[in-house]
Amino acid sequence: MKNKVNIDVPDAILEQLDDSVFESTNYGNPEIQRVGPKVRATTGESKVQSSIDDVLSNTLKDGMTISFHHHFREGDFVFNKVMRKIIDMDYQNLTLAPSSLTNVMNDIVIEAIKKGVVTNITSSGMRGTLGDAVSHGILKNPVIFRSHGARARAIESGEIKIDVAFLGVPNSDEMGNANGMNGDAAFGSLGYALIDAQYADKLVLITDTIMPYPNTPASIKQTQVDYVVKVDKVGDPDKIGSGATRFTKDPKELKIAKTVNDVIVNSKYFKNDFSFQTGSGGAALAVTRFLREAMVAQNIKASFALGGITKPTVDLLNEGLVNRVMDVQDFDKGAASSMKLSPNQQEIDASWYADPANKGAMVDKLDVAILSALEVDTNFNVNVMSGSDGVIRGAIGGHQDAATAKLTIISAPLVRGRIATIVPKVNTVITPGDSIDVVVTEVGIAINPKRTDLVEQLKQVPGLPIYSIEELQQKAEKIVGQPAPLKFTDRVVAVAEYRDGSVIDVIKEVAD
Amino acid sequence: MEIKKTAIAGTLESSDVQIMLSKGTVGVEFDLVSDVAKQFADDIKLTIKETLGLYGIENAVVKVVDKGALDMVIKARTLTAIQRALDAVDQPNWEVL
Repeated sequence: MKNKVNIDVPDAILEQLDDSVFESTNYGNPEIQRVGPKVRATTGESKVQSSIDDVLSNTLKDGMTISFHHHFREGDFVFNKVMRKIIDMDYQNLTLAPSSLTNVMNDIVIEAIKKGVVTNITSSGMRGTLGDAVSHGILKNPVIFRSHGARARAIESGEIKIDVAFLGVPNSDEMGNANGMNGDAAFGSLGYALIDAQYADKLVLITDTIMPYPNTPASIKQTQVDYVVKVDKVGDPDKIGSGATRFTKDPKELKIAKTVNDVIVNSKYFKNDFSFQTGSGGAALAVTRFLREAMVAQNIKASFALGGITKPTVDLLNEGLVNRVMDVQDFDKGAASSMKLSPNQQEIDASWYADPANKGAMVDKLDVAILSALEVDTNFNVNVMSGSDGVIRGAIGGHQDAATAKLTIISAPLVRGRIATIVPKVNTVITPGDSIDVVVTEVGIAINPKRTDLVEQLKQVPGLPIYSIEELQQKAEKIVGQPAPLKFTDRVVAVAEYRDGSVIDVIKEVAD
Repeated sequence: MEIKKTAIAGTLESSDVQIMLSKGTVGVEFDLVSDVAKQFADDIKLTIKETLGLYGIENAVVKVVDKGALDMVIKARTLTAIQRALDAVDQPNWEVL
């Protein structure tokens, strides 16, 4: 059945997942019955366990759904420790439902799949050897990709029923009061993990630092926690987040960043109390810096900055140019270590951040979002999931969620090496073109024609070349040539859901 | 024309291509490694073959390590490799260039 972005979704997949096809970015106002976790009442005694083995025996059974968070990113020790035990104890048919999968998790997930330990996966994304293995059909059942907001929605509605959550934390007391802000492996906001803590039937915290009781601030509370397992180290601080973020010197990135800034400050949204979200790439960081200059020059202050936070954004907070930082994850040490210092850098969970199925998410109030792309097509559809070779190598993250902002800007180079970024048709539609307002490249911008207001505002701006998206696509093709079409089999290896749970695209097994 | 000696041009930097030409006997044989082979293997081979054709080279073993080079880069590196392989660096073929 064809969906609204003209993707033919196999009926068998819709039946298997009990899903519908993507129709609209408008979620409407449905009434939703949420689920609640099963709770085994305990009193008083310490929950600290010295070994994960007993905890697994007490909690985990074949066929269950387990979850992890990815806040430790490439410095994660917890995922490998727990999965090693799970494989060695010969569990079977588990569903793996982490907030996302980083490279450091790839090898053990592949091993778990080969041994039948993991037979289903849902995640924000995957990359490297795991993405390659899934694209080559290692998993019988299709992976389901969901945005951060959609994962929260699916957990709340019971679509993802987490039986046991294994959450690594850099500190906890003996009862499970924990946060992400203190300890050797501090990573700042626990945003994505807070949903697991709230909805998992069994919650196992894994930490290397036991704090005196009661431990505050308690992002995860003792009321939610079944076990606290003490290990030597939960993560490698040097790999959790990048160190000091450097300002890019790449002239192409700077040109793009400056153009993104031109678009923002010349739009009607650039006024006092505006709000924005940027990513963590070189160009996004540079935008934050250009934006700062414009805010100072025009005496404009932002009400909030949202999403994944970096040091340059925290600097704006400290300078008084941003009133609140609403923080679901921290990309660098500067942002991670500042949360505990300022009540204005507020930790938010994934639902509060981006879930369409609640009583109001922060993305609904977002004015400006600056997002990246692997590919953008002439319908403004964006791919952040599969590479130009058709292999899975990305993550939805908050892309679909933040793209609902009033002004959504995609910043991307026209070409990367011999690969065009602006293409006639993206390999995988993740964020529908309906959500995208402006595409910024180093040669100029394209405005979604339905945004006639933006066309009017931006055509006045001197030195801002405006093209149609088709013209940008042709410019790219002129540079790199016309690629041979990729070859896929008919087998669906992954399904990308839109934030409302409908199917926006399917990813097929690569044929090679 | 016949290749006189094995010659190499280009680097392994991204957006460059390294081309090594050696003597061949059965037409132009390719050993191609490229990040974009799926999309552009045929285009890359065609560009190199055409460039060899400009010098009348019909037999060669061509080892290509491509890092996403654009067409003009592939052509330029091939030309240089040819001049070197023909021992003709001092006598550029102006008609071809």
